[in-house]
Amino acid sequence: MTTPLLTAEGLTLRFGAIPALLDVAIDVAEGEVVAIVGESGSGKTTLLRVLSGLMSPDAGTVRWLGQDVHAMGEAARRRLMRTEWGFVHQNPRDGLRLNVSAGGNVGERLMAVGARHYGNIRTEALSWLARVEVDAARIDDLPRTFSGGMQQRLQIARTLVTRPRLVFMDEPTGGLDVSVQARLLDLIRSLSRELGLSVLIVTHDIAAARLLADRILVMRRGRVVEQGLTDRVLDDPQHPYTQLLVSSVLAA
Amino acid sequence: MSTPDDRSAEGRGHLNRSRPNEGTMMEGYNFAYLDEATKRMIRRAILKAVAIPGHQIPFGAREMPLPYGWGTGGIQVTASILGPADTLKVIDQGSDDTTNAISIRRFFRRVAGVATTERTAEASVIQTRHRIPERTLREDQIMVYQVPQPEPLFKLEPRRAETKRLHALADYGLMHVRLYEDIARLGHIAKAYDYPVMVNGRYLMSPSPIPAFDNPKMHRMAALQLFGAGREKRIYAIPPYTEVRSLDFEDHPFRPIRAPHACAFCGSTDTYLDEVITDDAGGRMFVCSDTDFCTERQDAAASREAAE
Amino acid sequence: MYVAVKGGERAISAAHAWLEETRRGDPAVPELTIAQIEQQMPLAVDRVMAEGSCHDRFLAALAIKQAKGDLIEAAFLLRAYRTTLPRFGASEPLDTTRMRLRRRISATYKDLPGGQVLGPTFDYTHRLLDFALAAEGEDRAVAPEMPAPAAEVPRVTELLAREGLMQREALAEEEPGDLTRQPLAFPAERPVRLQNLARGDEGFLLALGYSTQRGYGNAHPFVGEIRVGHVTVEFTPPELGFPIELGEIGITECQMVNQFKGSRTEPAQFTRGYGLVFGHGERRAMAMSLVDRGLRARELGEDITAPAQDEEFVLYHSDNIEATGFVEHLKLPHYVDFQSELENLRSIRRTAEAALPEAAE
Repeated sequence: MTTPLLTAEGLTLRFGAIPALLDVAIDVAEGEVVAIVGESGSGKTTLLRVLSGLMSPDAGTVRWLGQDVHAMGEAARRRLMRTEWGFVHQNPRDGLRLNVSAGGNVGERLMAVGARHYGNIRTEALSWLARVEVDAARIDDLPRTFSGGMQQRLQIARTLVTRPRLVFMDEPTGGLDVSVQARLLDLIRSLSRELGLSVLIVTHDIAAARLLADRILVMRRGRVVEQGLTDRVLDDPQHPYTQLLVSSVLAA
Repeated sequence: MSTPDDRSAEGRGHLNRSRPNEGTMMEGYNFAYLDEATKRMIRRAILKAVAIPGHQIPFGAREMPLPYGWGTGGIQVTASILGPADTLKVIDQGSDDTTNAISIRRFFRRVAGVATTERTAEASVIQTRHRIPERTLREDQIMVYQVPQPEPLFKLEPRRAETKRLHALADYGLMHVRLYEDIARLGHIAKAYDYPVMVNGRYLMSPSPIPAFDNPKMHRMAALQLFGAGREKRIYAIPPYTEVRSLDFEDHPFRPIRAPHACAFCGSTDTYLDEVITDDAGGRMFVCSDTDFCTERQDAAASREAAE
Repeated sequence: MYVAVKGGERAISAAHAWLEETRRGDPAVPELTIAQIEQQMPLAVDRVMAEGSCHDRFLAALAIKQAKGDLIEAAFLLRAYRTTLPRFGASEPLDTTRMRLRRRISATYKDLPGGQVLGPTFDYTHRLLDFALAAEGEDRAVAPEMPAPAAEVPRVTELLAREGLMQREALAEEEPGDLTRQPLAFPAERPVRLQNLARGDEGFLLALGYSTQRGYGNAHPFVGEIRVGHVTVEFTPPELGFPIELGEIGITECQMVNQFKGSRTEPAQFTRGYGLVFGHGERRAMAMSLVDRGLRARELGEDITAPAQDEEFVLYHSDNIEATGFVEHLKLPHYVDFQSELENLRSIRRTAEAALPEAAE
């Protein structure tokens, strides 16, 4: 394994008396897909927000290529977020501009990093719409006329267009029909392999984690209770909580 | 300065005696209306604005005796930079004879007693609403623009707390998205006036609602350009010879828009034209919006004819 | 042949002369005096003082006369005059417990120290046009004398605060900002918000306050107390170092009691919305206190979901002098911009027509 892109250690965060994160450590290597699983309230979404710099921890550090993410200025962090990082929200409405056309949504990140040739931006947008299987004829339509699955695929295209190295995903298949979920998971898997992306994905869906992730972290009440290679954790869970999680999937 | 006592004893009597809307120089007011402390405050804002081209500086705009939205920002800037030796020109829509231009010129004649002119070449300070004169301006001239809405991003993001952040981070992708959308839907950038510019490669700026035709005149202009927004309480500036670029795409370059006609009075084909409806049967004609420039050209043509 | 319009200067002078003539109306009807306006339209005078943010009944009455009864125009005249006045400093905080009361009511208690004093109010009048007023030379109505209220009347909110049920307001360490000197900045502190609301447009405040009662914002208000009367204004000149009395001004104060379910750091308690305005302006003071409470959503950790809780929205749009100027500026000539739009639209139409498929021809 290569040197990690993202490393975090000692992350602790409390909301009042309630600990959301307790001494959490995590790292993500180049091209690696890491899933954070746990039930709602386990702290997994908070962890994602802290790792991506959206929220500051009470203690601990997050480093991107050795640089302290929370110590950098807002300008540097926002630049990172529109170049080397991407964020896919659970609700595509949080990650898309609903009053801007599909092409404009995909083109925005290109323009934010200085693209100034309309024709090239459009060509790039069309190629990304094709990659996420959105009909080219819909390029000038507003995302609010899209289905939930299409919106989510558009959000992924918008995020990947600037070729980020690391993408944070917060329950990207949440709220979608089961058949649509499967198609989206396939798409995420093929794109991340093709582009050599690192992905940090938060999900409560063990099956999704099994399909996508190289490694899994299991969270409970703000702590990482178990982590390891996906097959090992899911086939031979050590912690009773992981055993419970895995067996509930099997039972379902 | 007066004290509250002499205001009640004398000030009220004064108010009862003279009509503030009549007469020439007004008594009881400081030169150019604003008190000196206020002028200093505004000049400090102007200096800051000149130091950071295109960046909006908040200032403690005063209530003026003219309504907000009618040029109070420009008037305060003009009042703060005007000296007794200045010659002032005021235009609205390019013309010295539009009602609001007359009203503002009248105001300064009354409160500052400065010389006024309709000739661009003779003016040391030019206050304008919606136009830049056609004649090339000089280093010894100052342009003062009246600005209704200083925030170029306001239609995309109404919250000032947020636009302030976007400026700080030079995060202007959103503005380009807007232009992209225009081209995608209409084949053209739809902005025809108040067309956003990048100043000195750093700040996105509203040029005030001048027609896009006038944008190129701002680029490396020899004169200092000052912008005053009274209601929104912001001042910004472009120092002489500063780079001012209209936003565009490489393959959809900025194009100045003008009616493709010649002026019916002076024959000009490269000035900004007003369309005048002459009857209700589709009759129309096009004439220069800059009335001083047009008159000059007509006079020159007349003297050439006389000489021949 | 068309000739460019000239003579704007003459037109303006003529228009203003005509305005003056219509202001006076029929010369056969006696002219209104400033004293008549001040005495017989006191609530109009109060509103102009509040929105003009200048406590001077004479000037407000003069402004109403000059503005032909247009109260926003009158407030504008007063503001424009006010801004030319020198500023000596800030008075001592007004002590409204020592108010010389004309009216004092509480909706939260049946009776309370200091009593309920109805005072001169439209409340409980039947809104029937009184044609007797149309007759000239009406008899002067004489009201029975009110027994003098106590010199000091405690505030309802203070009674609750002593029990620990009303949130105490923190004393500000630094001098509050002055809206007439510094532009608004966000987030805006409460003193600046209150200054803004105190001179905000009454109609705007009323509509926003009303909206909080109808579910736009989470208000559960009770009128803790409304008091109307006069307070002494004191000022400490730096050269003296002790306060001296400048005189009295008429004000209306409203304290609205609101529920607050508490947070992790604070127990459940009541919170207040506060309104204080020049003159007798109950509607304004009540609306102001509803909006003030709405705008406290941020500091109290409540969700900001309604217009009355959105401080940029409320504070940037409350000022009717700013609003009327910008709305009315649309009647200024805009033909240069319009021409640019026109040419652009024509060009877009040409592009679209050229792109039409052959079959459409």
